[in-house]
Amino acid sequence: MLSYVIRRLLLLIPMAIGMVIVTFGLLLIIPGDPAAVLLGQDATPEAILNLRNSLGLNDPWYVRLFDYFAALLRGDMGRSIFQNQAVSEIILGRLGATIELAVVALILATLIGLTLGVVAAIRQGSWIDTVTMLFAQIGVSMPVYWLGLLLMLLFAVQLGWLPAIGRGVPLPEALLAAVTGRPQVLWDSLTHLALPALALAANSAAIISRLVRASMLEVLREDFVRTAYSKGLRQGRVVVRHALRNALLPVLSVIGLRFGALLGGAVLTESIFAWPGLGQLTIAAISQRDLPLIQGIVLTFAIVFALVNLVVDLLYAAVDPRIRLG
Amino acid sequence: MRLPKALQNTSLVIGALISLTIILLAIFAPYVTTHGIEQMDMRNRFEGPTLEHILGTDNFGRDLWSRLVYGARISLTIAVISVAVSAAIGTTVGLVAGYFGGWVDLVLMRITDIFLGFPAIVLALAIVAVLGPGIMNVSLAIIVVAWTEYARVVRSTTLVLREQNYVQAARAIGASPARIIFKEILPNAIGPIIVLASLGLGTAIISESALSFLGFGLPPPAPTWGWTLSYGTRFMRDAPWLSIIAGATIMVTVLGFNLLGDGLRDVLDPRQLSRGGAKAGKAK
Repeated sequence: MLSYVIRRLLLLIPMAIGMVIVTFGLLLIIPGDPAAVLLGQDATPEAILNLRNSLGLNDPWYVRLFDYFAALLRGDMGRSIFQNQAVSEIILGRLGATIELAVVALILATLIGLTLGVVAAIRQGSWIDTVTMLFAQIGVSMPVYWLGLLLMLLFAVQLGWLPAIGRGVPLPEALLAAVTGRPQVLWDSLTHLALPALALAANSAAIISRLVRASMLEVLREDFVRTAYSKGLRQGRVVVRHALRNALLPVLSVIGLRFGALLGGAVLTESIFAWPGLGQLTIAAISQRDLPLIQGIVLTFAIVFALVNLVVDLLYAAVDPRIRLG
Repeated sequence: MRLPKALQNTSLVIGALISLTIILLAIFAPYVTTHGIEQMDMRNRFEGPTLEHILGTDNFGRDLWSRLVYGARISLTIAVISVAVSAAIGTTVGLVAGYFGGWVDLVLMRITDIFLGFPAIVLALAIVAVLGPGIMNVSLAIIVVAWTEYARVVRSTTLVLREQNYVQAARAIGASPARIIFKEILPNAIGPIIVLASLGLGTAIISESALSFLGFGLPPPAPTWGWTLSYGTRFMRDAPWLSIIAGATIMVTVLGFNLLGDGLRDVLDPRQLSRGGAKAGKAK
């Protein structure tokens, strides 16, 4: 197990280097003079010259790439062109909200996906199966921002049950407040979280449910399941204790990969629900063509995603002896 | 015997019908639309569906049906370009990595992993931000991540195919690697590529409309689906159907290509397609 963990950690290094190169490459593909392009038509020659210097554009690209690496190792992602602040500070201020949204959405997606997938599998061929898989097919095809709008229209505008936009107190603080006797704070946070998280979760829930169903159908045909039934165990017990446990393995690796999709989807969800996270920051940075900030965000997304996959792979190895020993 | 089996597959038939309808509407747009995309009718603003405007009108009295049909041209053009190019790049990478193996495989697959490690929409946004909007740039933004899927699947198919007798035979009579890869392996690996391409059209349409929804797709007056949806949200209280219909159009189109892809997967050899990874959820 230890050698697997070490190997997996070492693999992260070339991966991270590659991601930095791709992110750095964004600056290289700008047509023309990046400083002039980034500042727009109204920029003074002086401002352009300043930006050229601060981006280090007078050096050859390999020197800049090296400097970029060196700075990153110190935790320095550069300075935003339009906000007088370090990129890393701006991003850190927003990261929590996005992670919160993505994690809650991932939990929702997993719960919904597992339930629907298991139900569809044990009722294979019935109308329940057909309806569930139809919903899954629609869920896969539905643009997240459209679903977000529909949910907002129904639950916030028409019914007035949930707030349409914004965020309550960050979830960890809200939990603390609830424990110390102010449950309404937690309630407020949860009601703000409900619509964006559900919109974001739908697509992944659909994908997970289809995978769980396929995986369950395979396992339900196995001999040990038949044995369990023939021992006289009840269906609920066989499904949960015997089948689901084995069917979950392939699902686990996909749940990790879904986290990347959720981070991407968060960009769209946040822009609809005015959720103050990295996604909104991305849109703002891109509208202003604030390249150092864009690069920082892209790299942050990639690294968070890589770390999540690392955790999932390690979990996977811990659960599946074939990988641990292989 | 293929045809009857294909026609029995509900996904395939429905998917093909939807896809074909959208494609035909886009091709024959001038003949099936009733108004110009910028033609204003100020007396009939915010109209619900009527005989003259079958899907209603927006704040300038522009005909929604006509705008959506012309929007299909943009979405489909970008989808076809990005799928064709990503399939070509990804397939080549997958074939080369799978056939040669060793360090070639190692390097190519690590590069694939790196691009797969970025959330697609974030990288796409960044690319459109630096390159500017336009059909080619939006397509490029989609291609940058989309090719990885083909590379991974084609590589694993190639790993199996290169051990087959007919490939060994070709090698034994001295065929060049290029000949073996493109004449022997590629024709037998084409099934999964077709399935991925069909699913890829759906993904590309979602990505393109997401970019234009956020305002980074083709600039107005191009009637992109994403922008029509996003623009409609300004009138959510008075004319909610603008956004709802635009979104439904995107969903039905994507659903069509997804059903087609799933159906094709069932009809073409399903064993070749069992795979893990990001899209594993699509495996039935």
